[in-house]
Amino acid sequence: MATGEKIVNDLTIRAATVNGSGSQSSNLVLTHALFRLGIPVAPKNVFPSNIEGLPTWYDVRLSPQGYKCRSGAIDIVVALNAATWHDDVASVRPGGAIIHESAYPVSGATLRTDITYYAVPFGELAKKHVAQGSLRKYLVNMIYVGVLAELLGIPSEAIEAAVREQFRRKPSAVETNLAAVRVGVEYAQTHLEKRDPYCVEPMTGRTEGSILLDGNRAAALGCVMAGCTVLAWYPITPSTSLCESFISYCDRFRADPATGERKAAIVQAEDELAAIGMVLGAGWAGARAMTATSGPGLSLMAEYAGFGYYAELPGVIFDVQRAGPSTGLPTRTLQGDVAFAYTLSHGDTKHIVLLPATVEEAYEFGMDAFDLAERFQTPVFVLSDLDLGMNVWMAQPLAYPDRPFDRGKVLTAAELERVESWGRYADPDGDGIPYRTLPGTPSAKAGYFTRGSGHDEFARYSESAEVFARNLDRLARKHETARLAVPQPSIDESGRATAILAYGTTHHAVVEARDRLRAAGLEVDYLRVRALPFSPEVAAFVARHERVYVVDQNRDGQLYGLLRTDLPAADAARLQSIRHYNGVPIDAAVIAEPLLEAERSLATPA
Amino acid sequence: MSTGVSKINLNVTGLSREVYKGSATTLCAGCGHNSITNHLIKALYEYGVEPHRLAKMSGIGCSSKTPAYFVDQAHGFNGVHGRMPSAATGAKLANRDLLVLGISGDGDTASIGLGQYCHLIRRNLDMTYIVEDNGCYGLTKGQFSATADLGSVLKNGKVNEFETIDVCGLAIELGATFVARSFSGDGKQLVPLLQAAFAHSGTAVLDVISPCVTFNDHEGSTKSYAYVKEHDYVLHSADFILGRGEIEVEYEPGSVQDIELADGSHVMLRKLDRAYDATDRIGALRAVHEARGRGELVTGLLYVNPASEDLCERENVPRQPLKDFGEADLRIGRAEWAKLMESFA
Ligand SMILES: Cc1ncc(C[n+]2csc(CCOP(=O)(O)OP(=O)(O)O)c2C)c(N)n1
Ligand code: SF4
Repeated sequence: MATGEKIVNDLTIRAATVNGSGSQSSNLVLTHALFRLGIPVAPKNVFPSNIEGLPTWYDVRLSPQGYKCRSGAIDIVVALNAATWHDDVASVRPGGAIIHESAYPVSGATLRTDITYYAVPFGELAKKHVAQGSLRKYLVNMIYVGVLAELLGIPSEAIEAAVREQFRRKPSAVETNLAAVRVGVEYAQTHLEKRDPYCVEPMTGRTEGSILLDGNRAAALGCVMAGCTVLAWYPITPSTSLCESFISYCDRFRADPATGERKAAIVQAEDELAAIGMVLGAGWAGARAMTATSGPGLSLMAEYAGFGYYAELPGVIFDVQRAGPSTGLPTRTLQGDVAFAYTLSHGDTKHIVLLPATVEEAYEFGMDAFDLAERFQTPVFVLSDLDLGMNVWMAQPLAYPDRPFDRGKVLTAAELERVESWGRYADPDGDGIPYRTLPGTPSAKAGYFTRGSGHDEFARYSESAEVFARNLDRLARKHETARLAVPQPSIDESGRATAILAYGTTHHAVVEARDRLRAAGLEVDYLRVRALPFSPEVAAFVARHERVYVVDQNRDGQLYGLLRTDLPAADAARLQSIRHYNGVPIDAAVIAEPLLEAERSLATPA
Repeated sequence: MSTGVSKINLNVTGLSREVYKGSATTLCAGCGHNSITNHLIKALYEYGVEPHRLAKMSGIGCSSKTPAYFVDQAHGFNGVHGRMPSAATGAKLANRDLLVLGISGDGDTASIGLGQYCHLIRRNLDMTYIVEDNGCYGLTKGQFSATADLGSVLKNGKVNEFETIDVCGLAIELGATFVARSFSGDGKQLVPLLQAAFAHSGTAVLDVISPCVTFNDHEGSTKSYAYVKEHDYVLHSADFILGRGEIEVEYEPGSVQDIELADGSHVMLRKLDRAYDATDRIGALRAVHEARGRGELVTGLLYVNPASEDLCERENVPRQPLKDFGEADLRIGRAEWAKLMESFA
């Protein structure tokens, strides 16, 4: 095959393996080695809902620009799964390469003339060079790291440092793994002739000072730094690692070795009905409490979510979204719960919903959520997704919090002594937010009755039509107050006619899409919604543009729909909807192509 | 006393019985739940609960409304149907100082709430859990609940075709550390049992048969006043002795079982059934099953494990309420934080 220009640091490598074969360590070693060379990396783990046996793919994208979204094309595939061999060959972009187990047949459909084949007898090499039987299946994966390193030109020091880092808790494994890497390197040196254009070279200015972290761990750190003390949870992918990270940080940083006491109470609940009940019970009694779940669990939380809204109890609910409806694709990503979460529960319920896009925001919003929950005395939902939560991202080191907890309007015994009477659901400040007291407050005036049935300003049972409507109006007023208290949109605007509006992890595809549009001669403004309810800035931004393309990672354009009901009709008419919903993280083309086409069709009337 | 104020009507906390009352009941006149409320007022008053330390938890149903009818000054949490145990768990974890008292119905517990009931017991959360058991759904007008006895007849003639869920038998099976059954009409038995439940560390379940006069108090019902009075097999009468003082009660050897509870109080069971041992779990199960076989209700302190370890102890939850910890207690320190960030680089 003719090799043209070199392609440096701009490629996606895919490792196609079998779930449970232990390829994760190899993939992380590869990612860290590249990151150490100063090359921006964006890994995406595409894994099955299975413990062992089903196909799994790990893509790591390198890009000099530091793009963090999927590239949409695979340049080099490492094929180590016979079951997906056909598909893996087909997935390589023309001009790309495939490194494969030499036992796989290259003929018929798997014989392509537009890609380079590198056959490696992985199985045999492992048998010959890796002594321990039980480790063999894992070390095969290290052999491909060596082959890749040789073909791409990754310096051995970078690989070695990454291996040492990966096995720092198990130093005995370092040498065996390095030996396996060397087997791959040597095989490639002696048997493979470089015929593809891809290579890596050290870079400066892009990764220095950055960290690699997944969104779930960042969110868990946000919870720790927010002073969350109660976690009630029920395991569900992709939220599990958020809870497990929180638990391990509490064990590490909140436990007193002398007494065995740990400043956190953690309950693995029997289901999500109980998890949210525990969160609201704890919030009612004054502790910062949270749960984390995904779509199916969120569905179960609906009733108590409405109770929390109406009885006005703080609590934080992380929803790490996955592809639904129903069980759907539990290990794939979607922004499918936005509309549901916003109005979760029956009746006139609307919640505060935070929409993190980055690892930094997973952490910051993790903290903000607790302040908002107590300030507004209401459940706060943080809608992350599988892509953010479970993938490792390049990010800035998480900033140490610069402000104390905001515990909201809580009356102490001393404050109660100074007032004649107080109304739990009164609105003395006009912002819709009442004052509350905590059980255990030593004052005869502190007690009140929390109920989900109709109640007046003094928390007394009431079926009065006026009282009921008045209370709902106050709750609406509280929601209006929240518009300016939640994270405000981030806006990049310079007076263009066309704009993109997106939220959550779609952000990373928008960044690249805007570059592509610019290259095609179209400059677009950009607003990223970071929370619900919408800030007034969103409406103002839309009003300043002729066309606003709203990008959703769901079939029905959920945020687009919410915007249409929130905006005045004239502004709603400016909105167009772009949707992506196959469970794979969105890429730039999904946004740039339809947008360009729509804009061009406007410019050239038929 | 010089002030002229008589202390006779004040409890150990210095409060009058008035303080333990709540707003007026809105339940039907004669409803068993109202009697339980009155017994609770007495029990809480005599026990000397500080109102601000009491957390009154409930689900949904006529029974679950009753926390509004006692100890007005305490905080109440009238949650959603069948899910009170989870809210109670959260509240107790947030603040171990609270005395958590849950009121539920038989529908709230044994039908919609069976899962949370079981898991509450399994965790042994330190709380008192009262099932105001009338064998039917009062608030939705008289349908059978899961505690209705096989063959019991509804007012409209409908016969219950299904086995009953015995919330006491189930609790013992699940490893409950305090299980009692009583009757809303028997305050003499119920009040000391309630107090023993407050003193117990762990989940204390009290299944209190509490007739629904409007929907389930007729001939053919096994949860009517008449039926219960006739078929009540009383194991023992109980006395509750508060605090760690010396116990000076004269009794014939073997006639009284004296059990010391977690807070040093004692419950003295004057045995009517001489052979009954309230600390024998298997014996308790047998008693429940045998009584049901005879068509009787066995009442009294069925089972107690005074050495019970509650959830907070097992989980090493600090004594200081979690709600009171601040930034310095809970945040990772700056130096550790910097190291942590380095480890991600
Ligand atoms: C989720 C839900 N389903 C149904 C109801 C309707 N409902 C209210 S009370 C009740 C039954 C209560 O029965 P029980 O717990 O035995 O209490 P009782 O009224 O007999 O004291 C039902 C079914 C509800 N409030 N919530
Ligand atoms: S309907 Fe039955 S349970 Fe409800 S208040 Fe009336 S008597 Fe009591």
